[in-house]
Amino acid sequence: MPELTLRDLSVQGHRGPRLAPLDIPAEGVERLLPRERVRTEGPALPEISEPQVVRHFVNLSVLNHHIDRAIYPLGSCTMKYNPKLNDEVAQLQGLAAAHPLQPEELSQGAMAVIWELHGWLRAIMGMPAITTHPAAGAQCELTAILMARAYHGERGNPREEVIVPDSAHGTNPSTVNQVGYRVVTVPSGADGCVDIAALRRAVSEKTAALMLTNPNTLGIFERDVGEIARIAHGVGALLYLDGANLNAMVGLASPGAMEFDFAHINLHKTFSTPHGGGGPGGGVLCVREALEPFLPAPVLERAGDLYRWNHDRPRSVGRVHSYYGNFGILVRALCYLKSLGASGLAEVSREAILNANYLKARLRDAYEPSHPGYCMHEFVLSASRQKSRGVRALDLGKRLLDFGMHAPTTYFPLIVEEALMIEPTETETKASLDAFADALLAIDRETVEDPALVRNAPTRTPVRRLDEARAARNPAVTWRDLEAG
Amino acid sequence: MNVPKELRYTKEHEWVRVRGQEAEVGITDYAQGELGDVIFVELPAVGTRVSHMKPLGTIDAVKTVSDLFAPVSGEIVAVNTELKENPALVNQSPYERGWMVRIKMAALAETESLLSADGYEKVLGAIA
Repeated sequence: MPELTLRDLSVQGHRGPRLAPLDIPAEGVERLLPRERVRTEGPALPEISEPQVVRHFVNLSVLNHHIDRAIYPLGSCTMKYNPKLNDEVAQLQGLAAAHPLQPEELSQGAMAVIWELHGWLRAIMGMPAITTHPAAGAQCELTAILMARAYHGERGNPREEVIVPDSAHGTNPSTVNQVGYRVVTVPSGADGCVDIAALRRAVSEKTAALMLTNPNTLGIFERDVGEIARIAHGVGALLYLDGANLNAMVGLASPGAMEFDFAHINLHKTFSTPHGGGGPGGGVLCVREALEPFLPAPVLERAGDLYRWNHDRPRSVGRVHSYYGNFGILVRALCYLKSLGASGLAEVSREAILNANYLKARLRDAYEPSHPGYCMHEFVLSASRQKSRGVRALDLGKRLLDFGMHAPTTYFPLIVEEALMIEPTETETKASLDAFADALLAIDRETVEDPALVRNAPTRTPVRRLDEARAARNPAVTWRDLEAG
Repeated sequence: MNVPKELRYTKEHEWVRVRGQEAEVGITDYAQGELGDVIFVELPAVGTRVSHMKPLGTIDAVKTVSDLFAPVSGEIVAVNTELKENPALVNQSPYERGWMVRIKMAALAETESLLSADGYEKVLGAIA
């Protein structure tokens, strides 16, 4: 371990702050607490000074990669910069100290924040009804497909199948299985978009819903989305937007205008709330009117100047999260929206698309693009050429760590061999994009001149290549596991 | 690439060893190489009925999770319980100690639809 634990740093008698002598009469703890609650030994806390604690955590913070250190181009994950203003606002005492069990009349400010956020998101999505309860995208999917079952069930037949394109995120088929539907996969055509003829063959009266990601995971806009909606609606199926790639669309196009029946947003992807490092995430589900009665309960309502939670929702699919979602995250998202404004949000989408296309153009001669032409906010390269030199996508990702940059998403989507999925996001400067492209081009040359160097990477990181199989088979997630192992 | 001559194959990269009425099933050397280190193999219980080219289990690897398809229809008569403790056998010995299930075949004629070693090598040639 390159950094000792606080327990290892502990020295008997070391202290942080010293408490002043007591200037009021002492009251024995035995008289204030029941005997069984009084501990007989002191807590086993590390004995350590304040600067040591600060240094310990600062040192730890640079052992791992994060967006505050350098580019983090994980495709489809959208690891975008988290403006510090969001955190400052979320720490305002009236918001940070609010408790979800406070009575509604003392929570009006917090409820107004959620209400205002709902307004922004409904406008962006072009959809009338909304919930901000889910914890993240996959839980939005689960909520949505449960709602689809309730919707069809009320019409007399919950139906049997949900259609998922072969380029979809794994959470889509997983959700379908969890709800008890059967997954029907439709292939992508040569252009990377849904094969419309195959989709026509796949839909039937059994189809409950079609889950579409747009732009799809190849970073390509599904230009036939209007036809896809007509095909789904033609058999009475619902059309769901997996909003993982919403970063390319905000302010430019809306799921409502594309005839989606429901759509999700990841606040931790598109609206700059923390992603990775425990978040927590923030999931938003927007739906059209016919699905509104099935939204998770309670639903936020406004009567005059007063906000209230409506728990009387007999057709709701129920609760999906304790209280009202991850409130601190909702505050951050609203702060981001208000600080950019409508025109700023559209500019974010344009910059994200421009940055991705610039990177793709710089890399396409060395790495085989999955598809020719322009991309949206992300693109996929295949390391098939590098594989023929004995170096795989995994190795390329590890080698990037030696350049102080995070790897792109690798081996996804599954339909591209040795996939490298790259999403730079809007906040990277041209210098940062160039540095990333230069690194990948240098690594490509290394695969010719010294492939072993790439296969053995990383060499300049705090730890060398980890045994991922062993980590998955025998996870050690606390220091106790490490000591035991 | 190791493709033993005496085995039969599917396009989905399973191999089949036919012994009388029984078919022993695993994944090919190519498949284990593409998946990378296998972490967990989820297999059905003995007695489960399986149908031709329907998923019968899943293979979790570092890179991805993929389905294991039944090359033939029938009933599971044995599963390789050693894989529970040591899934790396799929990588180390795909054709021997890494076997996954044995199926008592419902229709022996189904084996005729399987690929020969030469046929499977042509499939691999088309991928590479």
